[in-house]
Amino acid sequence: MSVVVADSLEQALDALAAAPHATVLAGGTDVMVELNLGHRRTDAVVAVARVPELCSWTYDARRATVRLGAAVRYAEIHADPLAAWLPALAQAGRTVGSPQIRAAATVGGNLATSSPAGDGITVLAALDATVHLVSSAGRRDVPVGQFTVGPKRNVLAPGELIEAITVPVARGWQGFSKVGVRNAMVIATANACLAVDEPAGSVALALGSVGPVILRCPEAEAIAAAQCDVAARRASPATVAAFAEAAMAAARPIDDHRSTAAYRRHAVRVMAGRLLRRAMPHE
Amino acid sequence: MTDVTVRPVVDGRLGTSALRPDGLAKTQGTFAFSGDLSADGMLWGATLRSPHPFARIRSIDLSGAWQIAGVAAVVTADDVPGKPTYGLISADQPVFARDVVRYAGEPVAAVAGDHPETCRRALAAIRVDYEVLTPLVDPELAIAGAEPIHPDGNILRHQRIVRGDQDLVGEVVVEGTYEIGMQDQAFLGLEAALAIPDPGGAGVELFVATQWLHEDLGQIAACLDLPADRVRLTLGGVGGAFGAREDISLQVHTCLLALRTGRPVRIAYSREESFYGHVHRHPARIWMRHHATRDGRLQRVEARFVLDGGAYASTSSAVLVNAITHAQGPYVCDSATVEGFATRTNNLPCGAMRGFGVVQACFAHEGQMDRLAEACGLDPVEIRLRNAMRTGDRLITGQVIADVAPVAECIRATAALPLPDEPVGGRDGDPLRLPGGAGLTADVGHIRRGIGWGVSIKNLMYSEGFDDFSTARCRLADGSVTLKFATAEVGQGFVTLAPQIARTVLGVERAVCEPIDTTIGSAGSTSASRQTWMSGGAVLGACRAVAEQVVAHAAQSWGVSTAEVELVDGVLTSPDGRQATVGELSAGRVFEATFEHHHPPTEDLDEDGQGNCHTAFAFVAHRAVVDVDVELGLVKVVQIATAQDVGRALNPLSVRGQIEGGIAQGVGLAVMEEIVQTDGRVRNASFTDYLLPTMLDMPEVVAELIEIPEPRSPLGAKGVGEPPCISSTPAVLAAIRDATGKDLRRVPVRPFDIAL
Repeated sequence: MSVVVADSLEQALDALAAAPHATVLAGGTDVMVELNLGHRRTDAVVAVARVPELCSWTYDARRATVRLGAAVRYAEIHADPLAAWLPALAQAGRTVGSPQIRAAATVGGNLATSSPAGDGITVLAALDATVHLVSSAGRRDVPVGQFTVGPKRNVLAPGELIEAITVPVARGWQGFSKVGVRNAMVIATANACLAVDEPAGSVALALGSVGPVILRCPEAEAIAAAQCDVAARRASPATVAAFAEAAMAAARPIDDHRSTAAYRRHAVRVMAGRLLRRAMPHE
Repeated sequence: MTDVTVRPVVDGRLGTSALRPDGLAKTQGTFAFSGDLSADGMLWGATLRSPHPFARIRSIDLSGAWQIAGVAAVVTADDVPGKPTYGLISADQPVFARDVVRYAGEPVAAVAGDHPETCRRALAAIRVDYEVLTPLVDPELAIAGAEPIHPDGNILRHQRIVRGDQDLVGEVVVEGTYEIGMQDQAFLGLEAALAIPDPGGAGVELFVATQWLHEDLGQIAACLDLPADRVRLTLGGVGGAFGAREDISLQVHTCLLALRTGRPVRIAYSREESFYGHVHRHPARIWMRHHATRDGRLQRVEARFVLDGGAYASTSSAVLVNAITHAQGPYVCDSATVEGFATRTNNLPCGAMRGFGVVQACFAHEGQMDRLAEACGLDPVEIRLRNAMRTGDRLITGQVIADVAPVAECIRATAALPLPDEPVGGRDGDPLRLPGGAGLTADVGHIRRGIGWGVSIKNLMYSEGFDDFSTARCRLADGSVTLKFATAEVGQGFVTLAPQIARTVLGVERAVCEPIDTTIGSAGSTSASRQTWMSGGAVLGACRAVAEQVVAHAAQSWGVSTAEVELVDGVLTSPDGRQATVGELSAGRVFEATFEHHHPPTEDLDEDGQGNCHTAFAFVAHRAVVDVDVELGLVKVVQIATAQDVGRALNPLSVRGQIEGGIAQGVGLAVMEEIVQTDGRVRNASFTDYLLPTMLDMPEVVAELIEIPEPRSPLGAKGVGEPPCISSTPAVLAAIRDATGKDLRRVPVRPFDIAL
């Protein structure tokens, strides 16, 4: 087995070019579990956790975006200053695993695993984040909504790496919610992220763990855009109810050992309604 | 002997919170658990398990495994030299499945190799040809006469209890059916053992994390066809047990591979394998009908218990008897008709877990007491006080409760404990303290608070005629005491308690424990809340015998009779005022005594379930306060208040540790802990999906110890390990019912049970 511990992006990309099917290892909180359980076999590993370019982030005040290196840890994301710019991602980050897991787990890894229950991805989807991919052949950008294509499947090509994710800084209230059977350290039964774009007068809603990929809710979003007074943070009870119903209708959950489809739909309705009420506290 | 004697200052006697001798090492990570064992030239072992819950084995082809470099042994049922089966009560479980597999995860073969990866490949190369059969997974079908899946049949035990007026109908009658899911003991220290063969294969030494070394020894020797004195066991560091280490798991496999290869062999289970490797708490379905007077006096209990034992017997028959004989709870009741079944199915085998059948019974009878309270218009506390059992009352088996029975005292003391002084969500408005916790699902306005009660009775020690004695040796030399026993230290703290006993009896400071192994007689199992009573009694007896020897020695030297010598706090005094310390008297001398402690004999139940089958009892009350997000069905247990009948707190810190740990397990069963099986296949054999309470799920615990020394107990103490996890579960459910108004009759309660 070959293991390359890359010290630079160039070195990582060279290693991936030489072994395009190598397992990319960052925080290892998904990969090592799979390897230890024998669910994944690998003969080549490219470790990227020490690549400086991947571990840094940039705040662009003019564009009002944060560019997160793929190997930025959740422990860093759920603390200031990132938490102040990306509050929903910080909230989602706080729900990922235990403190030990969050100290190792990376946002890029969360995305690369492409689990339908990936907590960070729900937020990135609500915020229309852009995923920057890189390989020795060049770079390309993919909207996060097009990155995952199914449960644990995504558009990463052999030899390709997630370099960074660009996320717009909050332009209004945003929040994340996650239902699980335990009060911490639990895989989502269902999760949701709502983000208000005040300048645009719009509301985005994304749902996790209720479909093969993270889902957006265009009908609910249309109801909110049409019926909420975003500037005054006002929504009628009827609007909240209609928004919640539309969110539930967008969910495509299944029964599994963690919960039932019926409960997941119900949870989506409750979470969506409560999130909108938090965003629009005035009736 | 000198003329001037200074009374030695001895710390760490009985009644003090002496610290664990292994506490620092465990905290610092240097304690050697069973999983840390290794030996020079060691091989690794691994187990091939059935992927099917029920299948016939047509053939097993081992040739692929033998072809892998580094494989040293491959064994199947054909290689077991002795008895092909084992079991705690009836030996119905194969060491390796031969013709048929009866649960998904049953061992079929084992390999030894030079590396865990070698073993993994070898297992993958074994070809087993299975004829897959339709599994029997419904216990009611097992009772109804489904085709037997084992030569011993599908009923592991059927027992009735019939007592008193069978035609009595109460002024108030309530009935309900209650369900309990399959809980896992979920100890953190996974199964692990190291076997070292004697030269020539004449015997074997096994280092293993277990609850009962001598029982393991007997079963291992029988399966290996070795004389008992050729098998030696030493306790490996145990990281929790809770009943899951009562049965054999990897013991025979490890020894067999070591004897086959002539080299040390180590087997260590993964978390996933652990779920298949040990028995679990019986899932149960319990119907009960309670009859009472209009003023809430319990008159009659009718009940039907179905406990699913899974594929093999383990301790199912004893668990069933424990369940049905505790059907009335800690309440006076003169009439009963109870029927109990423990069934065999193709589900995971079930056996011992903390609470041992009483957890299931208590969940049902406490649900019934709340219904009765409601039907009679009484408060949950009042109905329990009105029916509380006292010393001299009878069980529905006819057995008289001879013990201290402070049921009413436990209830009153619990009721007097302060309720949480913080509002919903806490004073600082930290959203992490709301139901849903880190998921930020709720705001304070979504939450309703509820309060609920649970009270229980639990038998201590073994039952039905079993003489579960314990043995201990005390050796005094040069003022130091060395204690020897085979009592498995599984975290409960006997290694702390035993020296406390010696220090108290002999007044010495230095008291240490020797390695825990089978070079001394049996101590019985570390289970059934029994070691403080039983092994405590044995250590006490041995220390007292040594004290008598020291007194006799002093008397002889002083030329007085032994009756004239007083031993107080390690100082011996003669009638004429001469004094010497135990340390001085034992300088250059050895005093030694071995003592066996037996409890009074118990009886089998007759066919009507009558008989003095239990040894002793302990009682406890729990009050739970919960916050519930009713719409989402999410729960935060805020506080558990408890008053527990402990007899005497020999180490108050240890007692509180047991109380908090037991409550964590009880809360876990109430709101999240369940092994989910579909058609005999486990769906959540990992800590990702088998959820245990985290710090955000664990409530504040307010505990009061009811200390009324038990005259029947050698040290006045009652076992404290099991009661905390028994009535805490129904208390939490009652609190959730109180908060939601929903008629919830199943644990663990799932969000959809509340929300939909």
